[in-house]
Amino acid sequence: MSGFAALMARDLRLVWRRPGDVAVVLAFFVVATVLFPLGIGPEANVLARIAAGVLWCAALFAALLSLDRLFAADHEDGTLDLLLLAPWPLELAALAKCAAHWIVTGLPLAVLAPFLGVAFGLEAKSLAALGTTLLVGTPTLSLVGGLAAALTLGARRSGALLALLALPLCVPTLIFGASAVETIATGEGFATHLAILAALALVSLATLPWAIAAALRQAGE
Amino acid sequence: MTTLLEVAGLACHRGGRPVLDGLSFSLAKGELLVLTGPNGSGKTTLLRALALLVPAEAGTIAWQGADVAADREAWRSALAWLGHQDGLKGDLTVRENLLIAQRLRSEPVDGDRIDDALGAFGLTPLARRAVRSLSAGQRRRVALARVVASQASLWLLDEPLNALDAESQAALLTILEGHLDQGGLAIAATHAPIKISSARTLELAP
Repeated sequence: MSGFAALMARDLRLVWRRPGDVAVVLAFFVVATVLFPLGIGPEANVLARIAAGVLWCAALFAALLSLDRLFAADHEDGTLDLLLLAPWPLELAALAKCAAHWIVTGLPLAVLAPFLGVAFGLEAKSLAALGTTLLVGTPTLSLVGGLAAALTLGARRSGALLALLALPLCVPTLIFGASAVETIATGEGFATHLAILAALALVSLATLPWAIAAALRQAGE
Repeated sequence: MTTLLEVAGLACHRGGRPVLDGLSFSLAKGELLVLTGPNGSGKTTLLRALALLVPAEAGTIAWQGADVAADREAWRSALAWLGHQDGLKGDLTVRENLLIAQRLRSEPVDGDRIDDALGAFGLTPLARRAVRSLSAGQRRRVALARVVASQASLWLLDEPLNALDAESQAALLTILEGHLDQGGLAIAATHAPIKISSARTLELAP
């Protein structure tokens, strides 16, 4: 087993041993999303119009909720030193940790979102678009959040700092993700939006592991 | 004796102040270098600089005649690390921690080697216990077993005797002697004496 696969398997196993951590994130997503229909009222047109934005924002906040522990736990227990000393690129280790984060956070959020979209009166096509855009867009959130988590490692109030750093960087993904679903409502296709989301994910994939690794090396000094 | 590790003119700064300045030493096969000195004298910094976790301001570290900065991954394959923290995951069992450490070092998984390392520190009955349920001394023994289970020839040990009882300290010295007898090397920063005949002491000034 390569170091990359071993690290990803380790992080997934740790989540399996403490499922409460993921359950809290998903519960936050559900509660935050359901509050909007309750607060705004049963106006179907209004709910359908804001659904994509609300669900995407809630997914973003939920993903951020679990990111502050992404590297902090390894930093505190000393396993970050073992990653820094592993005889394979740290960039791959950063990618493995973000991939594991996406599997336990982004993927469940993408699966869960269409079910919550029903509460907003979204049509079947919009629900499918919502799930698809989240599936393509959430890897970017994990990578951007990973960078923010690495940069704020060891800082006081790192959770708030992490959000301040990551949220602005996630704006393009949020805009194209939410507008893709709105495009469906107007009878148009969302292929362009999906392509842009995929491009953002690929750019993140091609650049951010290096930035995360550099931040981790700095934190390890 | 064949010199494997050669450090020349090593200088390091921490928090803007010089901690190590022009430090030079060499280490041959089968040798143990014990780093001593008061708190803040740079023992941990030296270990971290050797592991390339801390950048050196000046100087070179050569392993088998080649600058380690030229091939960092090969250098990291050659060394095993024990830091202040144990580097263990509390939610994994003792054995799982050692297995994953082997995989992260890109070494072939060797169950026998792990069992031997656990046995040497009297950890076999605890192999299936979650690390979070262990005492500080037991966790330190698991971290040491992780070093022993690796195939690294150079061990970098930061306060290896911390939290160990007399029996575990004796076990560590026996294992360390065995490692040196097989041609391995070790550098240990410690405040407690390490009584091994082949040990040399490097006292760092504050």
